Amino acid sequence: MSARPAEAFRATHERSLIAAAAGYGTQVFAVADVELRKLMHDPTEIFTRALQPAIWLLLFGQVMAHVRGLDAGGGNYLDFLVPGILAQSVLFAAIFYGISAIWERDLGILHRYMVSPAPRTALVLGKAVSAAVRGLIQSVIVYLLALLMHVDVSFNPLHLIGVAALIALGSSLFATFSLAIACIVKTRERFMGIGQVLTMPIFFASNAIYPIDIMPDWLRGISLANPLSYQVDALRALMLAGGESKFGLATDFAVLLGVTAVLVLVAARLYPRMTA
Amino acid sequence: MKPRATIVETASLTRRFGTFTAVDAVSFTVFPGEIFGLIGSNGAGKSTLVKMLTTMLPPTSGRAVVAGYDVVRNAANVRAHIGYVPQLLSADGALTGYENLLFAARLYLVPRAEREKRIRTALERMGLAEFADRLVQGYSGGMIRRLEIAQSTIHEPPVLFMDEPTVGLDPAARHVVWAHVRQLQETLGTTIIMTTHLMDEADQMCDRIGLLHSGRLQAVGSPKELKASIGPEATLDDVFASIADTGAGSEGSYRDVRQTRRSIQSHS
Repeated sequence: MSARPAEAFRATHERSLIAAAAGYGTQVFAVADVELRKLMHDPTEIFTRALQPAIWLLLFGQVMAHVRGLDAGGGNYLDFLVPGILAQSVLFAAIFYGISAIWERDLGILHRYMVSPAPRTALVLGKAVSAAVRGLIQSVIVYLLALLMHVDVSFNPLHLIGVAALIALGSSLFATFSLAIACIVKTRERFMGIGQVLTMPIFFASNAIYPIDIMPDWLRGISLANPLSYQVDALRALMLAGGESKFGLATDFAVLLGVTAVLVLVAARLYPRMTA
Repeated sequence: MKPRATIVETASLTRRFGTFTAVDAVSFTVFPGEIFGLIGSNGAGKSTLVKMLTTMLPPTSGRAVVAGYDVVRNAANVRAHIGYVPQLLSADGALTGYENLLFAARLYLVPRAEREKRIRTALERMGLAEFADRLVQGYSGGMIRRLEIAQSTIHEPPVLFMDEPTVGLDPAARHVVWAHVRQLQETLGTTIIMTTHLMDEADQMCDRIGLLHSGRLQAVGSPKELKASIGPEATLDDVFASIADTGAGSEGSYRDVRQTRRSIQSHS
């Protein structure tokens, strides 16, 4: 047989469960690290992405705060809006993640992933982790904006950890969803069309900018099936001083974790279709 | 006499897309340490064959064993034992040469203690040591190709697949790439399977050649044997012409043209 099996590779087989788990972790990290290094080589994206939440809070938020009859749970509308805008800015960044997968396929970089021995779930998770880190950078910017606008933000360390976990989960969820869609539509042109069509319903059919209670029944049903609603619900409880969750934090986290896990499995199955 | 060990073996390997048969019952063997060339015009089935051998596309029927593992039943083990340099651009332009290699070393689980040494060796072997910390988007076409070879052999695989390794390179860069590939094969004993449509590349580089036409393997042999079968003065071009008479379907599809042009553009 092969005259010269490489040492690296002997390590990849016949290894213990712990070694296998460490190897899996290394592969997830490898994919995520590459994305973050690219961001460090060219950080302009971070600044351009900061514009969108700023515009929503300054323009939309200021006007809507004066609309009477919009019952934001008794509080101030801007306080109500800030967690929604945080979730939105993270969603908008994550939902176009699939386009970079198509771009990588068109270039040939994806072939490199696909011929490697890394499990497909490790590749998908690596992309999800890099989306999570981008989401966290984004949240720092929204926190700064919120402070500038005198929103009563909670700095309880437990709350901050909770918010970070929610942002990481939400980014992973929508980035993986986007990746799965990219694997189905396969071309950039089709993805751009579908990306727009998906983003608006996910955003508007949720509790991000208005409470679920004022929606007609059919829309409320859709909102309750929308993972973004659960992310925003938990963010309202943890981001604001004295915030409350409608569905319960346990439910929120369980929904986000469950949907993310399913999407990772689906995307891992679809991913190899990109290079076939 | 003991039968010679093989490192790649296919038996009636077939791939259909709808009613179109891209690869039609292809059977061949490659021996350890060989440079084996797959030649044929656009649309002859070279890429589809390589995709099946590298586990990216499941065969419709037939079997293939690469480095001792079945490409369907044991795909993960096949992947761990092969390197693949696609025709398209597989080095990431937004990263440095070093970062591209570090990524490969992690993905292939090169032990942490060895990573640095392997990366340095790979950079030196491909003549890229002084450009390690530059972004790949500033590399020349030949440098990118050498980096791609380095990153797909960082785990020192017994088998390396290369799809049109010098497409779009100028003659000088092409010779440099050839020299590095030969050196790799000599120092590591790597078996190399490459596709090409450049007859002089096949003639100079390959120990043996398989000629594909319309999805079928028409002839296999050393460049010398193949030429001798046509006539005393024959060149590989004559061999190729005798098999691939200009029938319908040899011009290549829009997709082939697009891919070739794009990779020429990205490598020059």
